[in-house]
Amino acid sequence: MDIVVCVKQVPEVTDAELEVTKDGTGIITEDLEFDINEWDNYAVEEAVRIKEAQGGTVTVITLGDEECEDVLRTALAMGADKAIRIEEEGFELSDAAGIAHGLYRVIRNLSFDLLLTGVQSSDDGWSQVGPILAELLGLPYAALVVNVEIADGMITVHRELESNTRERVELPLPAALTIQTGINNPRYVSIMGIQKVRRIEITETGSEELELSEEEIGSHGSSVASQVLSIPPVGEGAEILTGSLDEICEKTAQIIRDKGGVV
Amino acid sequence: MDEILVLAEHRNGELREITFELLTAANVLGKAHDLAVTGLLLAHEASSLAGRLQGACDTLLFMEDPELAQYSAEHYLAVLQMLLGDRKPVLTMIGHTAEGMDLAPALATRLSLPLVTDCVEISLEGGELAVLRQIYGGKINARLAMKPAESYLLTLRPGTFDAEAQQGKSASVETIAAPSWTDLKGRRFLGYAEAELEDVDISAADILVSVGRGIGKAENIAVAQDFADAIGATVSCSRPVADEEWLPKSRQVGTSGKTVRPKIYIALGISGAYQHQAGMKNADTIIAVNKDPMAPIFNVAHYGIVDDLFKVLPALAEKFAKK
Ligand SMILES: Cc1cc2nc3c(=O)[nH]c(=O)nc-3n(C[C@H](O)[C@H](O)[C@H](O)COP(=O)(O)OP(=O)(O)OC[C@H]3O[C@@H](n4cnc5c(N)ncnc54)[C@H](O)[C@@H]3O)c2cc1C
Ligand SMILES: Nc1ncnc2c1ncn2[C@@H]1O[C@H](COP(=O)(O)O)[C@@H](O)[C@H]1O
Repeated sequence: MDIVVCVKQVPEVTDAELEVTKDGTGIITEDLEFDINEWDNYAVEEAVRIKEAQGGTVTVITLGDEECEDVLRTALAMGADKAIRIEEEGFELSDAAGIAHGLYRVIRNLSFDLLLTGVQSSDDGWSQVGPILAELLGLPYAALVVNVEIADGMITVHRELESNTRERVELPLPAALTIQTGINNPRYVSIMGIQKVRRIEITETGSEELELSEEEIGSHGSSVASQVLSIPPVGEGAEILTGSLDEICEKTAQIIRDKGGVV
Repeated sequence: MDEILVLAEHRNGELREITFELLTAANVLGKAHDLAVTGLLLAHEASSLAGRLQGACDTLLFMEDPELAQYSAEHYLAVLQMLLGDRKPVLTMIGHTAEGMDLAPALATRLSLPLVTDCVEISLEGGELAVLRQIYGGKINARLAMKPAESYLLTLRPGTFDAEAQQGKSASVETIAAPSWTDLKGRRFLGYAEAELEDVDISAADILVSVGRGIGKAENIAVAQDFADAIGATVSCSRPVADEEWLPKSRQVGTSGKTVRPKIYIALGISGAYQHQAGMKNADTIIAVNKDPMAPIFNVAHYGIVDDLFKVLPALAEKFAKK
């Protein structure tokens, strides 16, 4: 089973105080830490598990700048065999379709049985790249996969639906899947582990080698004319309790009692 | 008249709430820009569903076929390719749901339509689509203006428009014949998988103490459990906590878990992504503890404590200690 996994590097924002750039087109990323997109971490783990059970290879691919080699190294340390990076230059203002077209140009030349992406990237949250790639490649696909079984050239997956329900779907191989969190328990990668794969060469592809015209990628190729970011206004929002820790807890305890707790 | 086309979503013989939310949004736009609202129902033996949709659109396109009894990506793609190619609606709207996330990107690619996903506000001034999205887990708003196009495709975030709004319309039903299902790629729906057995039903609890990734590790669940015991509450969680198996899946609150409406919901170390909010925002009283003052959970909470939950919890538990 040869598997290709798309991985993206994203900024860690849950604990961070975000600021929008002056022109409003992006966020200030200087003080942010970057990591592999949460969903892609599960996708790499799933691919490596399938390889460990059935043999084959795992190739990881990213479209991004040089810094994004880190996520490729993380994936290699998890057990991927090969890594490809498509240079980001030219793609900066691409929408999801533009990114997918870039990835497609490289992936179509690879031979594989299974293509995995994450359900969504945690920054843009488009949830688009996986099914777009499937359509461009002419592959059967399924999004939001939380369970995978492979037998006799067929793959049976569980797709996560709303309200803790799942549907079972069968697909012939080769196929494309978008992987949802919780499908497995991704292995932990140590700094030692990353050291060990330091020498594995990462294949680099410049955007000019992809034979995409300027019309197809970047801002020309994007269906978005402009994007303006802002910090959401604090609506009515919560009444923030203030005072010493003891005072805050006293107020909170009172609220809990008033609203029907511990009678 | 130009039209907005809305794809109805149904499962197990029931229309999904998102269908009516989409129709409400489409009717608002339709009224503002003089556009007809066309519903599209792909189903099997579903005339009762068709009946329910007639009140909210001007025309209902209705296709019945055994292959359409449940959502099927490839069959839906084939039908939509045929219909959208012919009708060229100004805008086609699909839910940003397990169905829409699966379908919309492939559809947009097949028909070379501009697609924007997970929208929370929509405008069509001058025939050009502009939307509001929330990115970075809800910490940033993004206003997007789309380039001029003859036809747009978008997915709408569930819960952003009123599903109960009455449109007072009575659509004529146009029955359309199913195509011959050629060129399919072999994906097949096999059935629904059974939910796991659950230890407790969190949706029945009066008070929920709900933990998120901020709880840090499995061993720390006990801290929350102790507090819950002290105030007679049940412990629930956000998705990462269930993904990590720190708590069983049956404890998860949110779109892919449970919807709860307790008297008191205490969110500890939960950022408040919309998939989580959707499951708890209707609780009577919401108290959130988070060390990040900008966490989106504070937008739905009634009371907020900006601090480390590991400092707050013991101090708060103390207030309920038996004297
Ligand atoms: C299709 C789909 C379905 C989904 N369904 C669900 C669902 O049903 N339910 C759900 O919850 N999510 C769901 N999600 C995931 C959702 O998008 C978020 O990723 C998730 O809700 C984040 O969980 P969290 O808030 O616990 O973690 P994070 O977003 O990582 O937030 C952790 C928070 O804890 C705070 N924190 C950290 N340490 C402390 C401390 N010591 N004291 C106080 N605060 C602290 C941080 O400031 C942060 O705000 C779904 C996603 C997708 C794509
Ligand atoms: N720049 C990128 N490089 C590689 N893979 C990507 C990139 N952007 C998105 N993806 C893949 O597509 C998935 C969905 O992303 P999105 O459509 O942006 O929400 C991600 O989880 C990744 O697997």
